[in-house]
Parts: sequence; structure tokens; C-alpha cells
Amino acid sequence: MDIDAISSVVLAILAGAIRVGTPFLFVSLGECLTEKAGRINLGLEGVLVISAMSSFGVSYLSGSAWAGVLAGAGSGALLALLHGLASSLRRVNDIAMGVAIMMLGIGLAFYLGKPLIQPQAPTLGSWSLGFWSDSPQLRSALEINALFPLGVALAFLMSWAFANTRWGLLVRMVGDSSDAARALGTSVTLVRTLATTAGGAIAGLGGASLSLYYPGSWNEGLSSGQGLIAVALVIFARWRPVACLGAALLFGGAGALGPALQSVGITGYYYLFNAVPYALTLLILVLTCSPHRVLRGAPAELGVGR
Amino acid sequence: MHKETWNRRELLLGVGAAGIGALGSGLPISALAQTSITVGFIYVGTRDDYGYNQAHAESAAELKKLPGIKVIEEENVPETQSVQRSMQGMISQDGAALIFPTSFGYFNPHVVTVAQRNPKTRFAHCGGLWTQGKDPANAGSYFGYIDEGQYLNGVVAGHMSKSKKLGFIAAKPIPQVMRNINAFTLGARSVDPSITTTVIFTGDWSLPVKEAEATNSLADQGVDVFTMHVDSPKVIVETAARRRRFVCGYHADQSKLAPQAYLTGAEWNWITPVKAMVEAARSSKTHPNFIRGGLKEGFVKTSPYGAMVTPVARKNADDVKARMLKGEFNIFAGEIKDNTGKVVVAKGVSLNQTAIELESMNYLVEGVIGRG
Amino acid sequence: MNSITEAWEALLLPLLAIVGALILFGLFVALAGYNALEVWMLLFMGAFGDAFSLQNTLLRAAPLMLTALCMALPARAGLTVIGGEGALLVGALACASVPYLWQPPSGWFGLAFLLAASAAAGAAWIALAGYLRQYRGVNETISSLLLSYVAVNVFKHLVEGPLRDPSSLNKPSTLALDDSWLMGSIGTYDVHWGLVWGIGACVAASIWLSRTTHGFATRVVGGNAKAAGLVGLPAHKLVIMACCLGGAAAGLAGGIEIAAVHRAANASVIAGLGYTGILVSFAARHHPLAIIPIAILLGGFAAAGSMLQRRLGLPDASVQVLLGFVFVLILTAEAARGRLGWQDMRAWWSPSAQPLAGRA
Repeated sequence: MDIDAISSVVLAILAGAIRVGTPFLFVSLGECLTEKAGRINLGLEGVLVISAMSSFGVSYLSGSAWAGVLAGAGSGALLALLHGLASSLRRVNDIAMGVAIMMLGIGLAFYLGKPLIQPQAPTLGSWSLGFWSDSPQLRSALEINALFPLGVALAFLMSWAFANTRWGLLVRMVGDSSDAARALGTSVTLVRTLATTAGGAIAGLGGASLSLYYPGSWNEGLSSGQGLIAVALVIFARWRPVACLGAALLFGGAGALGPALQSVGITGYYYLFNAVPYALTLLILVLTCSPHRVLRGAPAELGVGR
Repeated sequence: MHKETWNRRELLLGVGAAGIGALGSGLPISALAQTSITVGFIYVGTRDDYGYNQAHAESAAELKKLPGIKVIEEENVPETQSVQRSMQGMISQDGAALIFPTSFGYFNPHVVTVAQRNPKTRFAHCGGLWTQGKDPANAGSYFGYIDEGQYLNGVVAGHMSKSKKLGFIAAKPIPQVMRNINAFTLGARSVDPSITTTVIFTGDWSLPVKEAEATNSLADQGVDVFTMHVDSPKVIVETAARRRRFVCGYHADQSKLAPQAYLTGAEWNWITPVKAMVEAARSSKTHPNFIRGGLKEGFVKTSPYGAMVTPVARKNADDVKARMLKGEFNIFAGEIKDNTGKVVVAKGVSLNQTAIELESMNYLVEGVIGRG
Repeated sequence: MNSITEAWEALLLPLLAIVGALILFGLFVALAGYNALEVWMLLFMGAFGDAFSLQNTLLRAAPLMLTALCMALPARAGLTVIGGEGALLVGALACASVPYLWQPPSGWFGLAFLLAASAAAGAAWIALAGYLRQYRGVNETISSLLLSYVAVNVFKHLVEGPLRDPSSLNKPSTLALDDSWLMGSIGTYDVHWGLVWGIGACVAASIWLSRTTHGFATRVVGGNAKAAGLVGLPAHKLVIMACCLGGAAAGLAGGIEIAAVHRAANASVIAGLGYTGILVSFAARHHPLAIIPIAILLGGFAAAGSMLQRRLGLPDASVQVLLGFVFVLILTAEAARGRLGWQDMRAWWSPSAQPLAGRA
């Protein structure tokens, strides 16, 4: 494989990391917020799909892609609100509820989205940061979609907010020790539900990026489990928002690896390439977890870090 | 409300009686012999996917327009027990006499099983799998030689490509797909032998993110005309258009999605075999077990040329198409080498569309970058 | 709280939830312009209306019973394993690929061998998740989910690559099973023997949990791992055994899919049965016997969905919406458990009622 091919594969991975990684980024940030407050939301897969559908629908009906983005965030927030409220009830297991919400969200999205499969809707633009280059690969690799910088900013904002603001502290406290939070007079349920809803809104932005930017169309195969994998991503990133950014880029790049290699002539084994990100996450978990201490960074109320 | 419907029914009866009277007055006997029939269609995906399923749904829609035919449809039926249940339900609960299970993967074992259990019902599977002696007589196959359309796509692409690099995004490396890739490439290379086609396999029939990724990847490599063999070409067409490249369609007409980028397309014209099957069922003739055809027989068609297609390209493609329509043109005519240098069709050998060797094609011709 | 109230609640709550979901669904389709009454009637007819529907329902319920056990049994040991889909695929792969290594004898003995291989493969897959949890502290929900994704991709790779039957040109599959190994229908009915395996496994699991010492010990570990440790129960072994049993059930489901339905392993086997099983198990509160009616209910709705499409033109996704409503409501109804006793009901009406005793 010559240097040209290698560099084109690397650039393709970089381009893919941003393109494919954007929904991963938003969903993992949304899940991060939810989990920091002590709740797991497996329903984000449903949120992703329904927000993709609604943002496409609103964009198509209103003619404005950004209106679609708002709709995506809004519908994501609504579905996550349902999850938050229902899971707050006693004796309701949030993992089970998450799977149920996922099913409901996907069902609603497919049902309401039937008339949206054929039409085309206005899509989000992108910034061509690579306009100075001659190489088409570099140019396309630096084609940043409008939502990606928003996601990056959000990651840093969340990171800062968890450490430095009152709300961030409240969320973390509710996630680490609900007793301590209650002792301070905070309503654990309220904070958790708000965090879940906000997490859903953020994940909704990921759905909007799927249907309004890449691939930029609505159909029923749009999501391939990105919402579920976000849960693994958040653990991979040890509940740190900026690390979620890195993890999302990694998974996005891994998703682009298969087609990139094929386009320079290396074929076969594409399924095994697909399996790499999951196997890698599992490996990292095996290497870093220990039965004797809680996974570093895990919110104690989550019950995930053992 | 009650009175209204009663009156409407009376009116309909009256009109019907008048109609039958009119019919009897001068039309041929065969028209009177047409009985009402319920026909079922089963799709593996959504009906309006701008692709494989839509092509079938379009034939169902055309069928609905014909008198005396009741069409029931089910979509998103996976290739599992579900399709057996759907077929059986159409037979037991809706009285279907002819069923079109349109997805390739339905045949074995699902259609065979249900056909054996319901010898009086006819099954017409799309895919060309029916084998004499092995499969029940009430099951039949139909398929089209759409590689002819892909060859014409290739001819047009060959003229329109400036970088001389074409791209083909495919789902899985199975013979039908390989045949399309090869036909496309041969068509393009008949215009310019230096043209190459890079193929990317996504791994499954409907993976929109991977298809978009593959399109972008190929566009990065300098590919400027795309075509595909996936269930729903919508994403590839739109992505290629966004990258300001050309695209040739497949399955159905996607020109509405990208009028400036769409050159032409290879489409199915399923109404031809579907009507044949329905007519045979209605007039109680034997169920056709194996019907196939290409452009000449009207099983496939090509999309109108897009605005950007040059007159030279149009003429070249039209000439080849005319020869295909007369039955004078074979795509796989020797000598053809595959992309490892081996000779796969010897010099002087000209395989016509029904040649059995083409059914198990497992090579990619010279000029294709990629491997199955 | 006496056991009569408990039993009455156990029946009433899910029932109310299902009725509520049906009402909600009726409203939902009415908004889209369909006649809710027609929809309800068709749902019933399509699920239980005639012999065909009944068989259809039972057929769809059969694999769900087994994949639900994959969630239920580890849950009784305190684990939340959602990797049933992966175990099913690994089991299917084992069933289809054993003949490549060694030809089992023909007839039912060979079939039994193949099914045992499927169960063993599924058991190993989930036991891995259990092992990682007990000995490496890796959360089993995440690890089983990741293992599922890995299983899907390995399955596709093997089926279309090294294990592919060269004559399965346009639908890559493994070599078809020998006819004598195929699982047939029960008598003249349209339902295959997988139903018996499903019901049998649920009954066996129920007996194991409630009547054997081993099962009892597992439940203790599931209830409170620390207490179990104090009493000297080998928690690790029990947990891993529960995972083995759950995984074996899902693997068996995979083997049955091959032997009774598909005859060879190919991409059509990947149908999401594992994920639906998760919800069946939760709705049944992880009780193996309760899994049976819930799986049948689900099978019924799925069967009816086909009819809704054909008769009313409702989109196929409508059944998913209904199932979503059903599960959200069944899970939410759990919150009312313990609050429906007679004393509580009296408390709702009389303003001077006794304060409720603290209940969990």
C-alpha cells in the first residue's frame, strides 16, 4: 500500500470521524448528563430515531432546517421526559423502561414518518474549512457540519458546568448520593427528571444531524444502534464530557474504516471491521474495571460501576 | 345515512346491470370470462423507498387500476416465519389466489413451504430461483435482466465521466450484484477502455449511513459518476448530488431527487410479468413457472435521460439499446478477462442472457477495483 | 399484606395496563382517521379469532419464551443481562456449523445433539458476561450488549465467508441441515415443536427456581448478594450458572430457528427476537411461568399486525406503537403494586383513614 493510499485512508477516517461521529457525540453527551444524575436511559435509541423523524418532518414542512433541529431537540426532550417521569416511580426499573421507551419511540417514529420517506427536506449546511487545499480528500475531511462545533462547545461547556456551577454540582450530587442531596433539601426526582429531559434534548440534536445532514434523509434504517452504543461510549469515556467527544470521534472513525479501506482496494472482512469498536470497548472495560473498587468516575447511584 | 347507502347500492346495481348489458352487446367472450381475483403482495421493506420495493409496489398500483382485481399488500415483512404467516393469512383469511412474495430471501424455505401446503394457490416469486423437479408446480419465478440497463448506465457514464473513475456501491457480492457491476463496467469501457470502476460493499441491503460513507469515500478518491445495487438508492443519489457528482439510478426512477445529477437509470418494469401471472391465474391456465426477460420483453426499462446528458452519450446509448431491443446484442461476449487477469469468457464465445454460466458469476471484470 | 392481595395484584395490574394501552392505541389510530372499534376487533380476530390466528400467535410466541428466559434467569440472580440476541445468534451458528465438523447421526438423536450444541454455545456466551461481572467487575448490561453486537458481526462474517454454502449464491447461507434433523410441526397444526420447548423450558425454570435448593440459593444471591455471601453461598458459581441457563435458553431458541424455520443459518435469522424477550421478561417480573402468557400476548399482537396491514392499510409500525404503549404501561403499573390493598383503597375514599404503613 503506497503512501497515497495510506494518507487517503487516514483522511477518510478523519472525515468519517466527524461525519459519522456527530450523532454519537450528541447522544453520548445526552446520556452522560442523564447518567451523571443517576439514571440510565437506554431509550436514547428511540429518542434518536424520533428526533431524526421529527426534525426531517418539520424541516420539510417549514422549509427551514434549523426549525427542524429545534423540533428534533424538542421531541427528544419529550420522549426522555416520559422516561424520566416513569422511571421516577417506585419499583420501575430504568433499564426496562428504557427498552420500552426505545420500542415506543421507534414505533411512533416509523408510524408518523411513513409519509416522509419519499420527500426531500432542506438540509443543514456545512463549513468548508479545507477550501485552501487542492486535495479533494482533505477538503472533504475538513467539511465540518454546522452541528459539530455546537457539539464540541457543548462538551466543553458541560465539563466546565459539572465542576463549576451550582446546577452541575446538584446533578453530580444527585447522581453520587441521593441521601446527601435530600439532606440538603433538593428534590432528587426533580433534578433527575430535568437531567434526563435535557439529556434527551441533546440527544435529539444527534437525531437531527442524522436526518438533516448525514445521511440527510429519513428512512427506517437510519439508526443502527447508535443510541444503545452511546451507553457504552459514556462508560468508555468515564462520564467525562470531553472524553465523550474523543470516544465519539473514535467510533465514528471506526465506522468509516470499512468503506475507506475498500475504496483503496482492500476488501473483505468488513463485518469484522464493524465489530472492532464494540470489541475494543469491551476490551477496555475488561482491562480497566475491577471487582474491588467502583469504576472511577461512575456516579454511585447508577449501580453500573459495581 | 342508512338510506343514503341503500340508495347508493341501488344505483350501483343499476349501473352494474346496465354495464353488463353493454358488455354483452359487442365485446369478445374472453372479457366476460374474467373472474374477480384477490392478489397479495409482500414487501421486505417500505413501499416508497425509491428502490426495490417501490418498483414492486408500482406494479401493484398499476394492477389495482385493472377491473376485477383486489390487491392486498403487506410491507416490512422480514424473511422469517413472519412471511410464511403473512402468506398463509392472505390465503386463509383473505382468499388470495395469487401471491407475489417479492423479496429474494423469501423463496427458500418460506415460499416453498407454504406452496406445498396450499397446492391450489399460486405463488410468483421475484428472483428466478424456481427449479424444475425440486420446487412445487404452483410456485413460480420471474426476474429481469436488469444488467442490460446497467450496461446502458455504463455507456452514458463512460461519456459523462471526466476523471474516468466510476463508483459502484453494492450490498453483497452475490452473482446478481456482480453481474450488474460487470455490465456497468463493460458498458463504460466500451466508450473508453481506460475507465475503472471502484466497488464498495456495504454488507447489507439497507445501511444508509454506510452507503453515505461509501459515496463520500469514493468521491474523495475522484469518482465522478456513481451507481449502486442496494435496496434504496435515495441516500446515494442525494449524497452524490451534494458532492456535485453524477449518478445513474437503479430499481426505480430517482431523477426527482437530483435532477441535475441524475443521468439515467436502470429500472424494473414488473407490471409485465405480474400481468402475465395474473392473466394466467384468471383464465385458469397453467401457472408460468419461470419467466424472465430484459429490455426486449419489457421486463426492465431505462429512465429518461437527465438534462446534463450530452447528445453524443444519448446517441451511443440509444444505438446500443436499439440493438438490445432487436436481440442482437450480448453484453458478455468474449474475450473478457477478470480483474486478476484470468480469462472468464473465451474469445469468440458470446453468452446470451439466459446462459447458465452467468447465474453463478463470481468474478469482477478487468477495470473493476475491488474484490467480492 | 396477604398473598391473596398479592396474587390479585399480580393479575390485575398487568391486565389494567394492557387495557389502558389498548385504549391509548385506539385513540392514537382514531387521530389518524381509523375507526378504533374496527382496529380493536381486528386485533382480537388477528390474535385469537380463528384457528389460523391462534396458530400464528403461538408460533410467534415460541421463540420469545426462550429469549425471555435469557433475561429472567440471570435477573433472579441479580443480573441485568440484555444480550439475548447475541446468545440466540451464537446458538444458531452452532446448530448450523456442527455438521461441518462432525456429522451427527440422522433422526431425532442428531437433532437433539444439534440443539444441545446450540444451548451450550448460548450458555457460554452469556456465562462470559457473568464471569466478567463477577471476576472483573464489568457491568453485565453493557458487556452483554457489546457481546451482542460482536455476535451479529461474527455471525454475518462466518455465514457469508468461511461457512458459506457455495451453492447458496444469491442468499449466502450455511449448508442446509439434513432433512432428518429438521424440526417438524405438531401433528397437523401449523406450529412447530419449538412451542413445546418454549413452554417446557419456562415450566422447568419455574420448578428450578421455586422447588430446588439450587434455585432457591440463586434467588437469595439475587435478592441480596452480601447476605448470601455471609451465609456462605458460592455467589460467583450461582450467578454464572444462572447466566449459563439463561444463555442456554436463548441459544436453544437460535437452534430451533435453524432447525424448524430457516434450515440454514443466514442473515434472516437476525430478527430482534432477543430484544423483545427482554421486555417480555420484565413484564412478567422475571417469573418463568408468567412469561408464557405474556409471550403469547405479544405473539398475538404481532400476528394481528399483519391483519391490520392487510385489511385496514395501517402501517406495519402500528403494532410497534401498541407494544410500546403496552410495555411502558405494564412497567409503570408496577408503581401501584402494594398500594391496591383493601386498606389502601379505603384510605383513598375516607379522609380520616390511617396513614399508610411504610411500604417499599
